[in-house]
Amino acid sequence: MEFLSYLISGISLGSVYAIIALGYTMVYGIAKMLNFAHGDVIMVGGYISFCTTSYLELPGWVSVLLAMAVCTVLGVVIEGLAYRPLRQATSLAVLITAIGVSYFLQNAALLIWGASPKGFTPLIPAVNSKGEPNALRLFDGQLSVSYISLLTMAACIVIMVALTFFTGQTKLGKAMRACSEDKGAAQLMGINVNRTISVTFAIGSALAAIAGVLLCSFTTSLMPTTGSMPGIKAFTAAVFGGIGSIPGAFLGGILLGVIESLAKAYISTQLANAILFAVLIVVLLVRPSGLLGKYVPEKV
Amino acid sequence: MKNLKTTTKVDFATYLGVTLAFIVVMLCQQFGLLSRSLTGMLVPICAYIVMAVSLNLTVGILGELSLGHAGFMSVGAFSGVIASQSLQSAIPTAPLRLAVAILVGAAFAAIAGTIVGVPVLRLRGDYLAIVTLAFGEIIKDLINCLLVGYDSKGLHMAFNLDGSLTINDIGMAPDGMAIIKGAQGATGTATIASFPAGFILIMITLVIVLNLVRSRSGRAIMALRDNRIAAESVGINVTKYKMMAFVTSAALAGAAGALYGLNYSSLAASKFAFDTSILVLVYVVLGGLGNMWGSIIAAVVLYVLPEALREFADFRMLVYAIVLILVMLATNNDQVKALAGRIIPRRKGGAKNG
Amino acid sequence: MAEKKQFEKGKMVPVPSVSIIPERDLDKTPILECNHLGIDFGGLTAVNEFNITVGRTEIAGLIGPNGAGKTTVFNLLTKVYHPTRGTILLDGLDTHGKTPAQINRMGIARTFQNIRLFNNLSVEDNVKIGLHNQEKYSMFSGILRLPKYWRQEKAAHERALELLSIFDMQDLADHQAGSLPYGAQRRLEIVRALATNPSLLLLDEPAAGMNPSETAELMENIVKIRDTFQIAIMLIEHDMSLVMGICEGICVLNFGQIIAKGTAEEIQSNPTVIEAYLGKQQ
Repeated sequence: MEFLSYLISGISLGSVYAIIALGYTMVYGIAKMLNFAHGDVIMVGGYISFCTTSYLELPGWVSVLLAMAVCTVLGVVIEGLAYRPLRQATSLAVLITAIGVSYFLQNAALLIWGASPKGFTPLIPAVNSKGEPNALRLFDGQLSVSYISLLTMAACIVIMVALTFFTGQTKLGKAMRACSEDKGAAQLMGINVNRTISVTFAIGSALAAIAGVLLCSFTTSLMPTTGSMPGIKAFTAAVFGGIGSIPGAFLGGILLGVIESLAKAYISTQLANAILFAVLIVVLLVRPSGLLGKYVPEKV
Repeated sequence: MKNLKTTTKVDFATYLGVTLAFIVVMLCQQFGLLSRSLTGMLVPICAYIVMAVSLNLTVGILGELSLGHAGFMSVGAFSGVIASQSLQSAIPTAPLRLAVAILVGAAFAAIAGTIVGVPVLRLRGDYLAIVTLAFGEIIKDLINCLLVGYDSKGLHMAFNLDGSLTINDIGMAPDGMAIIKGAQGATGTATIASFPAGFILIMITLVIVLNLVRSRSGRAIMALRDNRIAAESVGINVTKYKMMAFVTSAALAGAAGALYGLNYSSLAASKFAFDTSILVLVYVVLGGLGNMWGSIIAAVVLYVLPEALREFADFRMLVYAIVLILVMLATNNDQVKALAGRIIPRRKGGAKNG
Repeated sequence: MAEKKQFEKGKMVPVPSVSIIPERDLDKTPILECNHLGIDFGGLTAVNEFNITVGRTEIAGLIGPNGAGKTTVFNLLTKVYHPTRGTILLDGLDTHGKTPAQINRMGIARTFQNIRLFNNLSVEDNVKIGLHNQEKYSMFSGILRLPKYWRQEKAAHERALELLSIFDMQDLADHQAGSLPYGAQRRLEIVRALATNPSLLLLDEPAAGMNPSETAELMENIVKIRDTFQIAIMLIEHDMSLVMGICEGICVLNFGQIIAKGTAEEIQSNPTVIEAYLGKQQ
């Protein structure tokens, strides 16, 4: 029973990682860049939601929408100002610029909201107004799954399905896939590459906002550096699952969350991260392109 | 030997430049021209210069992105501290002990580099990068669990894997000296690092890296960067030369770490996180891949920059970030590059090999 | 009298290599012998029953329509791919399980269909990398600049210029390899391959993109290389004037199988070859 409880919390944590990883993988697929600022967009999403609920005193779901709106604009602006001019540059140059953007966002947040952690009201509080836990009780009350966990897992699945449908069936989705294969050819087919890339960043940032709200709902605290570690872990998850692959990001995120949760519970809290990364290394050695990545051998 | 002349000139200018800078700074220090904070920065700058030059060997010369360089720095730092603290009675003269500690740091970092290198160098591109990142985090977490103490019987060590052990549980005599206390890191370290030592380390690093690059081994490493398949087709052993570059780079990072570690009386492993790896990577990219003197200048400028931006007070890190973005945009924008190409003289065709 | 010891012997089968080699090479071990060489990629058989013998100083040609598997054969010889079946004997030695680097040290060098130069390095450095296993000194000699370093570097420099002079390229020594015109890049690749001191040189479409006068010059240079270094050369080419002009033994591939082998005259009049290139005569 205990194991099941850890497993479920692992899956819900993993769902957050998966949502973040999906944003990474989509952007990587189309722009061939690792957007290191992604983790900080998550943090911004968290802060916007915090401001909406604390200062404007609007309900939770409004804060999510507002966060998504702000982050979407932020993502598109960042892409246009910092990444688009470097589209012809080496991937390393774009990486460093992304790092610059990450520093910028973290320090801007530091200036605006200060360094001390802010208490974040979760989307679905752990206990309701009557003092009862907001959770689903199973197996005669032995297993308790909080509503926020359920919401997170549901959100992840919905997003995953929506994205798969979007990239597979819609015109814009197909345009995205075309751009990620060959930008030049896509352009010759009449696809507006700039707009497609902007849309990809917009979607990725919106997902980051959702992830930010959900993440902060779990940790109930928020600092300028909140997005950093989850960003790294989600980035790891995306590569783990095969960078550029949407099902891969989903699988990678969930697995990473489960491994982290079980490692924390059964082995050691301090070493949970180390174990996580060790598993990643072992998997990549066995499958060098990630779990669901395609190994494309070099043509000689 | 027309070929050697241009690169020899560049190397010579680099050595000269570093030596002159050292002399100038020492003079400034003598005449009290340096502020207290600047004086405190001297040793760390030396350490970061060595970090940048060594990372440039992996990223610029070998052409592989490493995101865990700080991991090797921390291995060097903590093994150097352990060596220095436990050899206090055996080697009382501080400069000699510092040299030994730096060698120990380099050696352990080289071992770490070999352990990491064997799996890592089989992967490609972004996957290699993520695994180096993973190793860097693992090293940091492992050192956070390390408990080390020294008494008359020698060194005592333990790994506090589940959080239950403290410094008192490692079988040390009551009059023994604690060296590393888990997450608290190294405490009570005798700070024997000095700026002249840093200068010497920089010069040694430059000699090693520049001579390596100009030699047959360096050419093999660069061949791997430019075209691995072609390099194999002319008989170059891929694993051997990848490891050579990677382990040398790690060893030098370890030496830098030892110097850095012995500059502070207390030092936690969290100081050597992913952020530090990224910081050094920025120095290398801004200074120019394969360009050693560029790494030196970038490291100095970017390390001192937050200090120089002091007048912006709270805004300084923000300004730093904006400056970084702007510089990246400027150096990668085609029009700016063409302009720069006319100003900076290049060899015919502009061969890029450091 | 003691009983004569019986040794176990394997079943003997004839080897259908059916190749021709220059008469002058008859008394020496052939440099290359492939028997039943084949490779499958999943369900696709890319090369099958590739049997060939190449004489020690032969200039051999490997021709066939696009997609016939010619570069695949080169990749098999240089161990970029490992054969699914068959053997490759280089100078009588089995090359089974070797890596591309090991094969080069054994004596095979190659050029690539899509030029693979070290673009960021100078022309001279490209050749010097070819000399990597010829002029050796350790990493420590290099870092400490011991006398061996200076000696070997000087020797490498001189050897590199000497090799570049085959194609009259010694003045381009300082130029960045990536900035050379296309033809010069192809020639540099050949020089680099020669620097590795091979006994068998594989040239993959060396005349691609060259005009007739450049091709004629290349033909002279290839023969000159063979005469000077006394090595065997196998080349893949689509330019028939080059192939028929200098190749002594020609092997024709189609759909991964050999459809004809012989001298230039025999190949030119072979109906199967004509059909493969031009289609069935109506």
